[in-house]
Amino acid sequence: MTEPIVSVRHAVKTFKASKGGLGSKAKFVHAVNDVSFDIQPGETFSLVGESGCGKSTTGRLIDHLIEPDSGEIWFDGKNISHLSEKEMRPLRADVQMIFQDPYGSLNPRIKIQDQLGEPLLLHTKLSAGERLKKVQELLETVGLSASHGERYPHEFSGGQLQRIGIARAISVNPKLMIADEPVSALDVSIQAQVLTLMKKLQSQLNLTYLFISHDLSVVEMISDRIAVMYLGTIVELADKRDLYARPIHPYTQALLSAVPEPDPTIKKDRILLEGDIPSPVNPPSGCLFHTRCAYCTERCRQERPEAKDFGNGHMVKCHLTEKFAGK
Amino acid sequence: MSEEIKKAPQEPAVNEAEALPKAQNQFHFYVKKFARRKTALVALIFIALLIVVAIIGPAIAPYDPATPDYSSYLTGPTAKHLLGTDEFGRDVLSRIIVGSRLSLTCALSAVIVGAALGTLLGLLAGYYGGIIESIVMRGSDILFAFPDILLAIAIVAILGPGTLNVIIAVAVFTVPSFARIMRSATLQVKNSLYVEVARSLGCPDRRILWVHIFPGTIQSMIVNFTMRIGTAILAAASLSFLGFGADVTVPEWGAMLSTARNYMTTAPHLVYAPGIVIFLTVLAFNLVGDGLRDTLDPKLK
Amino acid sequence: MEDKILEVRHLTTEFKTGKNTAVTAVSDVSFDLARGEILGLVGESGCGKSVTSLSIMGLFEDTAGRVAEGEILFDGMDLTKLSRKQLRTIRGKRISMIFQNPMSSLNSCMRVDAQLIEAIRLHNDLSHGEARKRAFDMLEAVGIPDPEQTLRSYPHQLSGGMSQRVMIAMALCCEPEMMIADEPTTALDVTIQAQILELMKKIRDKNNTSILFITHDLGVVAEMCTRALVMYAGRIVEEASVLDLFANPIHPYTKGLLASMPRLGADILDLTSIPGSVPDLSAMPQGCKFAPRCPYATARCRESEPELLPVPGAAGRRCRCFLYGADAEKEAKA
Repeated sequence: MTEPIVSVRHAVKTFKASKGGLGSKAKFVHAVNDVSFDIQPGETFSLVGESGCGKSTTGRLIDHLIEPDSGEIWFDGKNISHLSEKEMRPLRADVQMIFQDPYGSLNPRIKIQDQLGEPLLLHTKLSAGERLKKVQELLETVGLSASHGERYPHEFSGGQLQRIGIARAISVNPKLMIADEPVSALDVSIQAQVLTLMKKLQSQLNLTYLFISHDLSVVEMISDRIAVMYLGTIVELADKRDLYARPIHPYTQALLSAVPEPDPTIKKDRILLEGDIPSPVNPPSGCLFHTRCAYCTERCRQERPEAKDFGNGHMVKCHLTEKFAGK
Repeated sequence: MSEEIKKAPQEPAVNEAEALPKAQNQFHFYVKKFARRKTALVALIFIALLIVVAIIGPAIAPYDPATPDYSSYLTGPTAKHLLGTDEFGRDVLSRIIVGSRLSLTCALSAVIVGAALGTLLGLLAGYYGGIIESIVMRGSDILFAFPDILLAIAIVAILGPGTLNVIIAVAVFTVPSFARIMRSATLQVKNSLYVEVARSLGCPDRRILWVHIFPGTIQSMIVNFTMRIGTAILAAASLSFLGFGADVTVPEWGAMLSTARNYMTTAPHLVYAPGIVIFLTVLAFNLVGDGLRDTLDPKLK
Repeated sequence: MEDKILEVRHLTTEFKTGKNTAVTAVSDVSFDLARGEILGLVGESGCGKSVTSLSIMGLFEDTAGRVAEGEILFDGMDLTKLSRKQLRTIRGKRISMIFQNPMSSLNSCMRVDAQLIEAIRLHNDLSHGEARKRAFDMLEAVGIPDPEQTLRSYPHQLSGGMSQRVMIAMALCCEPEMMIADEPTTALDVTIQAQILELMKKIRDKNNTSILFITHDLGVVAEMCTRALVMYAGRIVEEASVLDLFANPIHPYTKGLLASMPRLGADILDLTSIPGSVPDLSAMPQGCKFAPRCPYATARCRESEPELLPVPGAAGRRCRCFLYGADAEKEAKA
């Protein structure tokens, strides 16, 4: 096994939700609760889950936009968990991020070509003319024309802006691309444009992707390995084919069955979960999923499950796996 | 799933599919939007004329503002002296025209200095927070606690009278309003996604502040700028009125008002002329400020 | 079609953009909704589906929008011709609406019980106590585990799923004959969405309520609806039963949409996309509005706009396309 490009070891991150004082204790949002995984170079690794599961926070930890409270984040062989901003800066060319909101991630007052050229300005020694040339090439790589560089963000559609965001991210040949819900804000017919572009670029430029999304269909299409997150922990991690064919954790099973299929002839036997997703301010004791699990036992209420290996890198955190593994 | 397609599909040309609507010139858009506000437009024309008058002042003044004419003093408006004469027989109209130069330069310089300093402090306070923010904000609070004029008088009393000191005094009480406005504008822009993106790209602080944050805050500053010019004119005039202003030989609207007090019953025209001009100028700047604020508001047409 | 509760004929809605200019958001929309049926109105952003629903409810008074043409026959009555007072007696009682974002559709300054009671007493002659009992029953019926606690809460204290259930309860409290659901589950997590969709199906089964279900998610359409209308650029481009629509889409836009949808079990290499983007409302192309993005577009498509015509040989199907609609047969014969 080659050296992983990203290694997350027991990362924990909490945010302060409200100050205490005057009789009430301070409230904390337990965003990330002991998360560990590796990303191999050249693969597409996805974090999938519903709101409050901590996937975006994990992405930000890996990009060093926030620091973990405990645990370690390793990138490209270096421990970046507590680097200062100055020390991190030279590494930033190697890890780039694509954001969910295509309209918000570009500065409305700066021309597209200047924004595309910014990573080049910061990380390379190219002259202004060379930068402009590279920018024009980038625009064409993502399916736009060089003349679009003179325009401002508000003149473009969401799908075009997202492609511009991707162009900016690949301009400095990063090793890792973190895509945080890159297609969630786009229309379905445009999603395909962006996803196909991402796949094409991956093989052309030998990129590694960390793909964060709540959409299981999209994740299945683009990933090699997938980690399912719930309330800040990874409940199941497996190869794409394994996960979709043989989901073991009850949450993964429920999640997959909840996705509406665009085929009216399929009558799904739906697993309906009881109740709402608990708030990350007050995570349940024991197994974080026990409040909604149909198979909950006393042990599930008390004890947090350890990760169990099912072969071929398929990892599950559940006390009752013998029951499900057969399914 | 799909039925047989009738003929081979061809990719619609990139140009047709990706075509953008015609580029809109931002500047023209804002100019046209401003022009729709008639009162602001009229006010802007007035200010433009005023500036022209201030620049070419002495050339168009019918008489030399300093030359006394003891044969006709304290006369009301006549054909010879359109706004009458003062106690030394000097033509009031000429004094108003030449006086505009001093009033406007004083006010403009004061506001420019105050805005520059206040903007810098506000940006730094908003971006870095912490102790810088505490110092700047508490300092502004202290300055705000004083009524503008009182503060200006105190400063001039310490520094002594004179045009430069008037400018300094007005600049000082202009700083806090800019610092406050720029700090809150900075805080707002600082939390935008594109600033976070810039940081994730590895942008150093200085570049984030000036290239990404500052342009987003200019809008808030412009409106305040025009409003404060009006206040500054009033302040400079008040200081002169109270005797702290410039050298008495140079005509200045506030100073003219001050001496006119003594002749209110006998020669009221001496009060009206400078009074009305000050009023119109301050009003015009405020109207332009209003118009600018409406123009820059994306929610208004 | 059997008993129709809603018949929309040639609905056109415009928005004023200036003194003498207007943009047409919805143009020539006609469809029927039968009693007890769930009809899907599908399209992407900007296609006019929300505007259609708001036009039906008459929610454009006092805004820049207005219904320029067309009739909206609800149980035989033309809603466009009713006075405000008459519309108000229908809204909430016979037709009700659920919106996309429950957080912003509920009044955040009023407790849940106050809002429900208000909705109930507007259309029913009940005392405060009786209305509260009804509110309690409604919350129970929509599957809220602790109705008393929820009644006493403010909307911001509820989760997304709970708020949407409260919205549904409010929409149902007067047992309407028709419900318009505008993207009711788009803002919800997928496991919560599953719960809400099950709930809506239960309601339709119990009360025979007709539902006009507006969404961009074809998966939801496949699951919930019996028939579907596909909209693009303010126009209906295809109408079919859901089985027909997925098995055999006709309009190039529908085909493109289905081919670009990520779905479980498909490979990314199978995914195609529709190039370009939706035209700007104020700068619509002449001719067919989909032509700039259509792989089959001909010169005729770019010059004149096709009409929504029945598809020959297929009952209950309509299509707005020169190549596939009733014109196509004529073309082929010629």
